Amino acid sequence: MKPDELRRMAEKESEVQKSYRHRINVCCSSGCMPLGSLRILKAFDDAVKKFGVQEQCKVARTGCIGTCYVGPAVLVEPGDYLYQGVIPEAAHEIVSEHIVNGRPAKHWLFSSEAFFKKQLRVVLRNAGKIDPFRVEDYVAAGGYSSLLKALTQMVPGEIIDEVVASGLRGRGGAGFPTGLKLSYVARASGNPKYIVANLDEGDPGVFANRTLAEADPHSILEGMAITAYAVGAEQGYIYVRGEYQLAVQTLKIAIERARSLGLIGGNIFETPFSFNVDLRLGAGAFVAGEETAILASIEGRRATPHPRPPYPATSGLWGKPTLINNVETLANIPLIILNGGAWFSKIGLTSCTGTKCFSLTGKVKNPSLIEVPMGITLRDVVFDIGGGIPEGERFKAVLVGGPSGGGLPEDLLDLPIDYESLTKAGAIMGSGGIVVIDDSSCMVDTAKFFTDFCVDESCGKCVPCRIGLFKMYGVLDRITRGEGTVEDLSVLEDWGSFIKEGSLCGLGQTGPNPVLTTLRYFRDEYLSHIVGGKCPAGKCPMSESREEVAT
Amino acid sequence: MSTKTVTLVIDGKEVTAHDGDTILKAATDNGIDIPTMCYLDGLSTLGGCRLCLVEVKGLRRLLPSCTTPVSSGMEVVTTSDTLTKHRKKVIELLLSERTHICSVCVANGYCELQQKATELGVDHVSLAREWTRFEVDSSHHRFVLDSNRCILCTRCIRVCDEIEGVHTLDLKRRGKDAQVIIDFDEPWGSSYSCTHCGKCSAVCPVGSIYMRDRPFSEVKNKMLAAFIAERRRRAYDET
Repeated sequence: MKPDELRRMAEKESEVQKSYRHRINVCCSSGCMPLGSLRILKAFDDAVKKFGVQEQCKVARTGCIGTCYVGPAVLVEPGDYLYQGVIPEAAHEIVSEHIVNGRPAKHWLFSSEAFFKKQLRVVLRNAGKIDPFRVEDYVAAGGYSSLLKALTQMVPGEIIDEVVASGLRGRGGAGFPTGLKLSYVARASGNPKYIVANLDEGDPGVFANRTLAEADPHSILEGMAITAYAVGAEQGYIYVRGEYQLAVQTLKIAIERARSLGLIGGNIFETPFSFNVDLRLGAGAFVAGEETAILASIEGRRATPHPRPPYPATSGLWGKPTLINNVETLANIPLIILNGGAWFSKIGLTSCTGTKCFSLTGKVKNPSLIEVPMGITLRDVVFDIGGGIPEGERFKAVLVGGPSGGGLPEDLLDLPIDYESLTKAGAIMGSGGIVVIDDSSCMVDTAKFFTDFCVDESCGKCVPCRIGLFKMYGVLDRITRGEGTVEDLSVLEDWGSFIKEGSLCGLGQTGPNPVLTTLRYFRDEYLSHIVGGKCPAGKCPMSESREEVAT
Repeated sequence: MSTKTVTLVIDGKEVTAHDGDTILKAATDNGIDIPTMCYLDGLSTLGGCRLCLVEVKGLRRLLPSCTTPVSSGMEVVTTSDTLTKHRKKVIELLLSERTHICSVCVANGYCELQQKATELGVDHVSLAREWTRFEVDSSHHRFVLDSNRCILCTRCIRVCDEIEGVHTLDLKRRGKDAQVIIDFDEPWGSSYSCTHCGKCSAVCPVGSIYMRDRPFSEVKNKMLAAFIAERRRRAYDET
């Protein structure tokens, strides 16, 4: 593709879009799809034709709008009118009221102001607004202009400087400064170099990366192409979790379209830079999301991590320098290049810039996909955006960072969300899961559940993680059966800290977190299982004899 | 091998090592003993058993000495209270993971796990022990594979792949359920790829793979892999 072809394409598509007075965006992500959004899409198509307004109203298939709790969701532009719980039968009414008569269909309308007020959509800027299967939509929204700028107006060093200035840090959980990582790979000797986009999101209840890939796949591709140019790589891999079928399909189509237009491939924008992307699918192992395990899996070996150093930046895929980034990190890159690192560094905190996508689930009124600026408090997320706890229940804890995250109590709700604060409190940023827990759940049982998950997903390579976590699970199981002793608590802490220090990869190093944080903040619950012989939430299968003794 | 040398400090002693050497090699070459289990000279490294963890000044993490390359000015501590405690825990975990009963084990007296436990003073296991009931594969006329004694060090897999060049052995499943398998999880006796070389039984640190017709004292050989690897390297250098 030639540089001016991109501009022409954007202009042409913008003109087409402007010719429509309205645009109906039907969310067809993995969240709304099982609720029948494809039938809804067809119903809107039919309704528009029936009223004869297809000339002035575009019906589009889009990715996630974010409001998963009122899905299937439909967004009507201009004005961002959001319709909730839409069924195919509602299409007729919404089209006739909103499109033909020009006043929103009140019955289905949803007030989303509180939900969106404290959010900031940077990575998800296009989510729910563009058709992920059409590259034209992405280009019309300014897509690939950043790649054009990078390739034609900047040298690789300048790109790295911008990313360093932006303060962007890895969104996969560890928070390593992205600019620094880029410079390591750029400096590393070895040819060819590779880049890998990590979309192996395996935590239970987390769907932030999946949603991004389903809603805006080209932002990932563009981010990859720019970073590849910056570090001197010509081949990229997107490692997708195999279960994410819609994301895989979306990415496949995106890659095909980008390739046929010459947005990836040889001599992009008539520059000497060539870049190719391929998909690699995971086969259902949580540990495959660990950066060195991804490399093993792409090479066709068992997905087990290997010790660092050597780091992938110097010796990655097939021993060559390899850059591995989470897809969310990559989706930030085009904006940083387009608007400058200084612009990006103003978002969020000075020590921790930008935004973060979270999937908000559990006992919360609005389970949803959100994007918030760094530094926002957990209280804002749970109570303002999430709408608080359903009636009749009380907030107990919020689990940040998935199965290897930590459960934080009510008095830590004012904790700002950034890497350091979360780590200090015993949780981790993780890949972006926030699970809210209410009074009906038992914290010991929750810790046991997540430990069980980690035991199941441990690859078995290193001893502390493979056996240690299993032993911790055994102790927790005993406690929930009412057979624990007070000494068990110090045993858990002792082995927990050993596993954290002794394990090979992130899974083992963070695996004991749910137990250690609940022991720190909810010790009384453990004690009431052990000393009181009772599970406060009534969840655990305490043996009957113990309960009798207690009463 | 690189001719460049680096100087580092191990346990307060200044030592010289080849650039690219691991901490373990630099320590061993200088008479400093670091306990190992999954490591075997001559094979690729795994970094899995965590016995050879060492402290490196300036780093919060503990690093496995068998995989970490030396760098100039590095300060390494190989023995400390924390490290001893960690190593004891590793042994305790290994002993409690599967069915380890020394008194009825073929490897009794020649077992590296047993030796390490004695050296580190692990005289009891505080954790609940699992009594696994994996099926024992005794279908081969010479070798027996007993997963109940396996510590998943993967030495047998690596020696079969890297030294014998066959890769008959591999792992199935993951985590605590992982098991060494023959070919595509077939009885050893019916394996077509196995060359019956017996290297796996020579390098097994415990009594998981053993020869049925020879005493353990004759089969065990910690030098075998290193010896063959070194000979090959020399032959390669000469050509």
